[in-house]
Amino acid sequence: MKSEINISDPDGFYSSLIDLHEGLSTDESLIVNAKLILMMANEIGDRSILDEMLAFLRNPSEDQSR
Amino acid sequence: MSAKYGELGQARGAGRSLQAVYPFVEPPDLQTGETRHCPVVIAGGGPIGLATAIDLDRHGIPSIVLEKHDSVSDGSRAICWSKRTLEILDRLGTGQRMLNKGVTWNVGKVYHGDRPDPIYTFDLLADKAQKFPAFINLQQYYAEEYLIESLAGHPAVDLRWHSEVVAVETSPERVTVTVTTPAGDYQLTCDYLIAADGHRSPVRHMLDLDFEGRVFEDNFLIADVKMKADFPAERRFWFDPVFNPGKTALLHKQADDVWRIDFQLGWDIDREAELDQKTVDARVRALIGGDIEFDYEWISLYTFQCRRMKNFVHGRIIFAGDSAHLVSPFGARGANGGLQDVDNLVWKLALVLEGKAPPDLLDSYDQERVYGADENILNSSRSTDFMTPKSDISTAFRDAALELAKDFAFARMFVNSGRLSVPCTLDQSVLNEPDTEDFSAKQRPGSPCLDAPIMLNGSESWFLNQLGDCFTGVLFSDATGSITDEMRALEDWDIPVRAVIVKPDNGSPSGGAIIDSQAYLHSHYDARPGTYYLIRPDQHVAARWRAFDRTKVERALSRATGHST
Repeated sequence: MKSEINISDPDGFYSSLIDLHEGLSTDESLIVNAKLILMMANEIGDRSILDEMLAFLRNPSEDQSR
Repeated sequence: MSAKYGELGQARGAGRSLQAVYPFVEPPDLQTGETRHCPVVIAGGGPIGLATAIDLDRHGIPSIVLEKHDSVSDGSRAICWSKRTLEILDRLGTGQRMLNKGVTWNVGKVYHGDRPDPIYTFDLLADKAQKFPAFINLQQYYAEEYLIESLAGHPAVDLRWHSEVVAVETSPERVTVTVTTPAGDYQLTCDYLIAADGHRSPVRHMLDLDFEGRVFEDNFLIADVKMKADFPAERRFWFDPVFNPGKTALLHKQADDVWRIDFQLGWDIDREAELDQKTVDARVRALIGGDIEFDYEWISLYTFQCRRMKNFVHGRIIFAGDSAHLVSPFGARGANGGLQDVDNLVWKLALVLEGKAPPDLLDSYDQERVYGADENILNSSRSTDFMTPKSDISTAFRDAALELAKDFAFARMFVNSGRLSVPCTLDQSVLNEPDTEDFSAKQRPGSPCLDAPIMLNGSESWFLNQLGDCFTGVLFSDATGSITDEMRALEDWDIPVRAVIVKPDNGSPSGGAIIDSQAYLHSHYDARPGTYYLIRPDQHVAARWRAFDRTKVERALSRATGHST
């Protein structure tokens, strides 16, 4: 799991991410976010990385390694 | 008399007690009844108008500055002056005074919630060994006073207080300006009128022109207080602090023990109640604690906009500073953007007025500074969108970034408390001669030149002090190199190109050679013996080659002065 930034122009990406949700209701945004997570997970592919992320988000306070 | 600057919101507070007031002097135009012609008239005696007049005088162009009020800024207002602004003001003569009086800072810290440690720290001075720091904080009235005092050395600048532009009339040949004063009205004509008359620009309204862009639905309260506190000089910014739950806050030191405190309030507020002193007292106390005595310098409640005019050049009327573009204050991109306007405009205007460049050259001011304004507006809008999320989902992303920032470095890059002003690189400009040889992109055509310490005639000096006002041809040579006769001949061109030479540390300092004593220049400019840079009067790179070629320099100079592209 990467800690350092791996995206060039993070402000530009963040802005595109917000734009993606422009005009959507909160329910619609939840679905869009879920689709985005599934697409990104498939792109990452590596189960060990995905599992590491899930474990961190489940118990963020226990992981002090970074 | 009302304040010099109209408010974006509502202001209250006495301001500084010893604010300089300047007398109205009846201009000769009123007595003679004749309409005087001046090459340039400037509407507005704020930092942008004053700097424009001083820069014009450096090019031998006289001007008249018309200021409606009789004083400098009533409150601190613009406080963060960027490195590039200080370099511009150094060329104009007030940079060192600003640096001496201001509070130097390079570091910003971002806090979240009740965590005592910052979640994110940034250092804005990427390249060390610079004459000026990333920023100084200094109240706007000092910046104005220093410019006004420096007018003693610029007798061709005619600054007229209590003089309000009430009408403008344009023809293909000139602009006619009607001025109202306490002693009556008179008219002036000019070749160009510079509208540096602020965000409510009366001149803009007279021309029926408007802004395009966004207005943000949020209110912010500035409480500038005077207090003896030992808080650091860093820019400290809080998301969701215990003293302003769910909102943001900012604390930043200015000169004379004045501190800028900025609270986000939200959209649905009672504006009168928020400006009540007891309410403001409680907010300030919650941040600084109960023990410190303080007094108010300036209080202002504001909303903000990220907007600009579609074009800054309208025939013989040219807009600069807030009259042309507005941003939120969190990037320090307002006055700093305006001073880059001045830097960009004046040499072009001077060449046009001298008949050495076609009026089309002014279109490049429009192009380059609209580009700069858009960069400022983009950064400012993004910061605002982060601080003031417009929807539940935007809020969720913002909070997620803040929470992840505790554990992951990458998430800190998304945390946006303001992306502070960096000098604009004019990448798209038609004035640039594109690189044809292999060069590092760090400095490139369109870049504002990066400073470095040098040795000159046996003394320590700075590279940027050797550039500016006119075109400069910089030859990087080996230890034994010299300026050729051909390079020297460029100094006598219609548009002169001053010849300078940069030598390595072991080079001979004779003949005014710049000695790159710490080798920064060779690194910043990716220089080898023979490398030649053509630098614009505003210290931006116009062109560069691995070897001097008179024909190429001639072509690049033509392009950089609007003769051909």
